[in-house]
Amino acid sequence: MKIAVLSGKGGTGKTIVAASLAASLSESQYVDCDVEEPNGALFLNPEIIETTPVNVLVPKVDESRCDGCGACAKACRFNAIAVVKKKVLIFPEICHHCGACVIACPQNAISEVQREIGVVETDRNGRFLQGRLNIGEPITIPIIHKLKQSVREDKINIFDCSPGASCTVVQTIDGCDYCILVTEPTPFGMHDLKIAVSLVRKVGMPFGVVLNKAMAGDKTIQTYCKNEKIVVLMEIPFLREIAENYSKGILPVKMDKAWEGKFVRMFSSIVGGIEL
Amino acid sequence: MKQVVFISGKGGTGKSTVVASLSLLVKNKIIADCDVDAPNLHLLIKGERLHSDDYFGAELAVIDSTKCVSCGICRDICRFDAISEKIEIKPMKCEGCGACVLACPQAAISMIDLKIGETYVDQTQRGTFSHALLDIGADGSGKLVTEVKENLFAFLNGEDWALIDGSPGIGCSVIASITGADAVVAVCEPTRSGQSDLERVLGVARHFGIPAFVCINKYDLNLEITAEIKEFCEKNGIPLIGKIPFEPAIVKALQLLQTPVEAGIKNIVGEIENIWSRLQIQLGTVK
Repeated sequence: MKIAVLSGKGGTGKTIVAASLAASLSESQYVDCDVEEPNGALFLNPEIIETTPVNVLVPKVDESRCDGCGACAKACRFNAIAVVKKKVLIFPEICHHCGACVIACPQNAISEVQREIGVVETDRNGRFLQGRLNIGEPITIPIIHKLKQSVREDKINIFDCSPGASCTVVQTIDGCDYCILVTEPTPFGMHDLKIAVSLVRKVGMPFGVVLNKAMAGDKTIQTYCKNEKIVVLMEIPFLREIAENYSKGILPVKMDKAWEGKFVRMFSSIVGGIEL
Repeated sequence: MKQVVFISGKGGTGKSTVVASLSLLVKNKIIADCDVDAPNLHLLIKGERLHSDDYFGAELAVIDSTKCVSCGICRDICRFDAISEKIEIKPMKCEGCGACVLACPQAAISMIDLKIGETYVDQTQRGTFSHALLDIGADGSGKLVTEVKENLFAFLNGEDWALIDGSPGIGCSVIASITGADAVVAVCEPTRSGQSDLERVLGVARHFGIPAFVCINKYDLNLEITAEIKEFCEKNGIPLIGKIPFEPAIVKALQLLQTPVEAGIKNIVGEIENIWSRLQIQLGTVK
């Protein structure tokens, strides 16, 4: 069973929801796929016992074979290779590791070497997995793939996605059974929820909404969900107490047992509502 | 003209609120929203559309079934698992690298341009405003961000400032947003996650050699972490240029699509004005 938690807008409470759900289920594994800014560890305090580098393949030119023809630069669609005065310049940070230059080189002068762009880390019990992009690196997808290969298949995997609705989120939710969309009752939250809804509908994934920072007088998100026939799985109220505990890295499920019950019931309703 | 990019690492810290407020306070500027995945600034800054365009920032492989002999070479060399067992392209997985085009012995594969989003330039009472929307699930947000900035500068007309709203994270979109900037202002929250994300995004600014400044939003939510952020900034020579208090009236104003300036939340507006003055002093544009 794989559940992805996403939001469109950042800062709506994805990590609270994903980490609380994982903490409430005994057979779960929390997977932090927000590799640009992973935060789950700050709430779940895992004991990391293994850190594995995530390597990608980037081209290396054998200058004794290269005749400076420029076929590699022409083949590269990401502008990661330039040939200036018959000399090949490679910009590894923007390389997409596709291998097109290797195929294109008529002199067989290009080989590939490993280059680290980030790491994947796990705890002792297989309850926690996270990816971290190295500072200054632009490309995250290989880390997402490594995380997805590294999950414990015997557990309920809870994927905490990155914000937005780009290819990174698509790669994270690919192969999941259900998506939880977290939003907040502001015009920004509504705008970005609609983007997230379009995304999960496009990939055809069953989903429901968690409304964070819910305010008694505001029903705009609930009304939207009702009209769109989207299930609202849970409401988390806008309370200074929750915000203060969050600031310290304390989840609602750790301050009040009742929240654990709510998350377990939410999980049951998700499982009950989808066919596996 | 000086470019100031507002970033945050963590999302939802108040970047757009600060930028929208400054768009009413700073004179002679142009404005851009470089959060192309989940743009929000256009909800607060309305204007008349000067320009809109489809943006073709990616390519997609297409197989000509009349030439394909199903040899499977393309599937084997594809690093992105974008070609199925039946030798069909999976569009959501195709990276647009063209390796399959080079590998196909039948010359049965070609690349087509792919629309990945739309760009917009609006004329507003606050100045020219450039923004965009990435198509759902599309690849290439970094390129679209670069296009937003190019559009902005194409409409430049002697303005002194470019106020640029960035996106969350530290990856391709953020790097594209801050490229060429004169300063980045990191808007953060005093939370454990906000603190961690701030340190990472400041690392990116340092990596690219761009002067960085910090502003703490909702600073009184956790004074202990606010003090830690202040200490971190001092230790690393990063000026802390503002502390905005937790103010529920901001949420109420935003629900009406108003910035704190329009809603007249005096203490908040005063601090945002201070942030701008301190930034100008730091950048040496005023004494």
